[in-house]
Amino acid sequence: MTETSNFNFEQCIKCTVCTVYCPVVSVNPIFTGPKQAGPDGERLRLKHRRFYDETLKYCLNCKRCEVACPSNVRIGDIIQSARITQDRDHVGLRERVLANTDLIGTLASPLAPAVNIAVGLKPVKYAMDKVIGIDHRRIFPKYAFGTFESWMKRQSKQQATYARQVSFFHGCYVNYNNPQLGKDLVKVMNRLGYGVQMLEKEKCCGVPMISNGLFEQAKRQGELNMVSIRKSIVEDRRVVLTTSSTCAFTLRDEYPHLLHIDNSEVRDHIELATRYIYRLLESGAQLRFRQNAPKLRVAYHTACHMEKLGWSYYSIELLKMIPSVDLVVLDSQCCGIGGTYGFKKENYATSQAIGADLFRKIEESGCDVVATDCETCKWQIEMSTSKSVLHPLTILAQVLE
Amino acid sequence: MIKEFDVIIIGGGATGAGVLRDCSLRGIRALLLERGDIATGATGRNHGLLHSGARYAVTDRESAEECIRENLILRRVAKHCVEETDGLFLSLPEDGLEFQSRFVEACRGAGIRAEVIDPKEALRLEPSANPSMIGAVRVPDGAIDPFRLTTANILDAKLHGAEVLTYHELLGFIREQDRIVGVEAIDRRSGERKEFRARIVVNAAGIWGHEIARKTGVTINMLPAKGSLLIFGHRVNNIVLNRCRKPADADILVPGDTISLIGTTSSKVPFEEIDNMYVTAEEVDLLLREGMKLAPSLAYTRILRAYAGVRPLVASDDDPSGRSVSRGIVVLDHAVRDGLEGFITITGGKLMTYRLMAEWTTDLICKKLHVVARCVTAEEPLPGSRESEERVAQHLHTLPVAQRFSTIYRHGEMAEQVDANDAHKRSLVCECEEVSVGEVEYALNELDVTNLVDLRRRTRVGMGTCQGELCACRAAGLLTESGRYCARQAKQDLVHFLNERWKGMAPVAWGDTLRESEFTMWLYDGVCGLTNTQNTEQ
Repeated sequence: MTETSNFNFEQCIKCTVCTVYCPVVSVNPIFTGPKQAGPDGERLRLKHRRFYDETLKYCLNCKRCEVACPSNVRIGDIIQSARITQDRDHVGLRERVLANTDLIGTLASPLAPAVNIAVGLKPVKYAMDKVIGIDHRRIFPKYAFGTFESWMKRQSKQQATYARQVSFFHGCYVNYNNPQLGKDLVKVMNRLGYGVQMLEKEKCCGVPMISNGLFEQAKRQGELNMVSIRKSIVEDRRVVLTTSSTCAFTLRDEYPHLLHIDNSEVRDHIELATRYIYRLLESGAQLRFRQNAPKLRVAYHTACHMEKLGWSYYSIELLKMIPSVDLVVLDSQCCGIGGTYGFKKENYATSQAIGADLFRKIEESGCDVVATDCETCKWQIEMSTSKSVLHPLTILAQVLE
Repeated sequence: MIKEFDVIIIGGGATGAGVLRDCSLRGIRALLLERGDIATGATGRNHGLLHSGARYAVTDRESAEECIRENLILRRVAKHCVEETDGLFLSLPEDGLEFQSRFVEACRGAGIRAEVIDPKEALRLEPSANPSMIGAVRVPDGAIDPFRLTTANILDAKLHGAEVLTYHELLGFIREQDRIVGVEAIDRRSGERKEFRARIVVNAAGIWGHEIARKTGVTINMLPAKGSLLIFGHRVNNIVLNRCRKPADADILVPGDTISLIGTTSSKVPFEEIDNMYVTAEEVDLLLREGMKLAPSLAYTRILRAYAGVRPLVASDDDPSGRSVSRGIVVLDHAVRDGLEGFITITGGKLMTYRLMAEWTTDLICKKLHVVARCVTAEEPLPGSRESEERVAQHLHTLPVAQRFSTIYRHGEMAEQVDANDAHKRSLVCECEEVSVGEVEYALNELDVTNLVDLRRRTRVGMGTCQGELCACRAAGLLTESGRYCARQAKQDLVHFLNERWKGMAPVAWGDTLRESEFTMWLYDGVCGLTNTQNTEQ
């Protein structure tokens, strides 16, 4: 019996606030909503598996239902666990392409200039739409020429010279799409007197596999990651930082809840970079900011998994510490992308409808850039608004002396 | 106004409904009078266990044989009311294994398939079972829904010309010398008194039959025995779990629809109490303590409610002291027994044998009325059990999966009559049990529903974890729309319904059950201003 079926759903008192906070249900009536799909549905699924409803795939696993729930029901986990144990949907080429961010990155990165042009071409987009079901209106993230890992390997000697050390779980996005963000983290940590090391071995955290039905693979990779993370934290006494809110959330919470990987002894030392840095600064560490940095109006967007972690506060406060930043905090709402969710043809309209209000507020905010801790929110907002999106750490790194 | 029938049946439990259907299928004009709603007495207050007969095999061979015969018949003719779960008889260390061999031998002697299996295999089949068991026997037990069963019998009887009057209470009998020729009854809703005439009156009123018989001057020695049960919030087990020992308290855990049930206790109660059964704290303790031995997870599973029913135990006629009690079927022809013509009592037995009881009663009626007609209830499927589930599912493809299969589960092919054509009809009244507006309207139109409690018995509205929190007001709205009652009466009905729900929750009001009931009270009392100032039981 899975942990969630160990009957956490019985704590539900049917107040339905989860459904009120669900970003999907208000724009896609086919989805029955977190209460029906979660605790109510679980009760029926225990009766017979034919009560499994395929529309559970419309859940984008944002976990906003869990944040809203006053009874502590792990609604999102119940839905995802049901998909793990009962979904009989075929895992197709599309799911494999979207899930294997690691593999695709490895293939694309050496050919980045060509790949980036190719996936932007209309015929390629139409082919992907018709053949594998990735929506042609979706703009693909750009691949970087050369991975973060290859850059990092060249830094290891110099990084080892710092007295204090942290490990960095860079994730697929930093490695293949945005090595600059990793470099920014290294820069900030170095200024604070910390050297940055990579983990002994790192695989994708697994979140795209969980969303695309490749649970066995997610679990295998998760176990592999935990070996390296455990070594870093327990043996080498180095905390593990990530810049991605979703990687942090997956390593900390999805591993034990969905993949049944025990991380209890190290969980508290898997940290989001902005939170770790904010706490260092709070306890007396100093950063020196450039005097002549131009004023920047930044609108901060709280990603769903940031909301679930409850940590957007740290990124917001960190940004507020930057003298040249004029910060606007946007209402916490889902942008609609849900990782790979919005890439799927059948979800495109839902995805854009969910984000519409956020996009409007971003345009009205008068900001120069949007800041968020989540890479997929970045893609969605950049595609759907006129603004570019930066990670808070990039903004910070840019104004350091 | 006097209406004439061949037969009047008193009591709308499974037995009464079974007699009504059997009579109408044999061309006998029958009327059923029920003082409340159908299936309100012992019929609706038991385990819902489709006995294989194994439980009685050692102690009562005759009952065991009846059970397995009826078990096989009901799987066929009432398949939409039955779930073929199978059952396990677990031997725990404290029980020992001595009973098991006697048990298996007795089962086989009664024609019940009884297969001794390895405890490990039993645990694989039913992971909730107590892992410390030392033996397990698999038998063809199952689950049966008594509400659906009674409803389906009534539905078919009405299709064959029978009449049903619920909320009609018997006031007295009309006698001509030593012959009963009719009854006088009162419509409890309008207060109107009515007379009905028939050549035969059948007393099928369960424990209340004691009092009814007395109105004719006839004495039947009945003993009310109370049995309490607990309902858990979800399916703990998918196979019926029994203790492999002499029948005792709290030794059967039955999966029924979305829930599991543990029961029962057994205690004699005075006749004055039979209309107001309550479950005591001691009974709750006992049920939990013993239940946990069958399935340890009951210790931390949410309990939805507790309820109690009254078994009519009948003393053998040759034992005026009333000590020697039979659980067998008792058909009393009062013409032979007491010299009173036109009056039959059918009692004893159990839910499992309702059809056989109806058959024997109707055979006697036929003999008295000189009707030559064979009983066909063992062959003719009930409405709801006549089509394959797949075909019905295709018909209802516009409904979301959970709703589609819940509706079919409850009504079989009769679910085809549920209007699912637009978003309003498909919208949910009861979210826990997936009851749509269309299904409620079907019940209101076809299934003799007068109030929210009746509706619950037909559709499971209010039977889920929220116990009426979200559905009761929506359903009351639909009842009002249908013209069942006005807004003021709707409020009274809501209060009545919610209090009835609370009655079952009160004995187990702790943890999430208490939290949820507080929330419900806050919603209805605090937000909607619904208060219990009037006497709503009128």
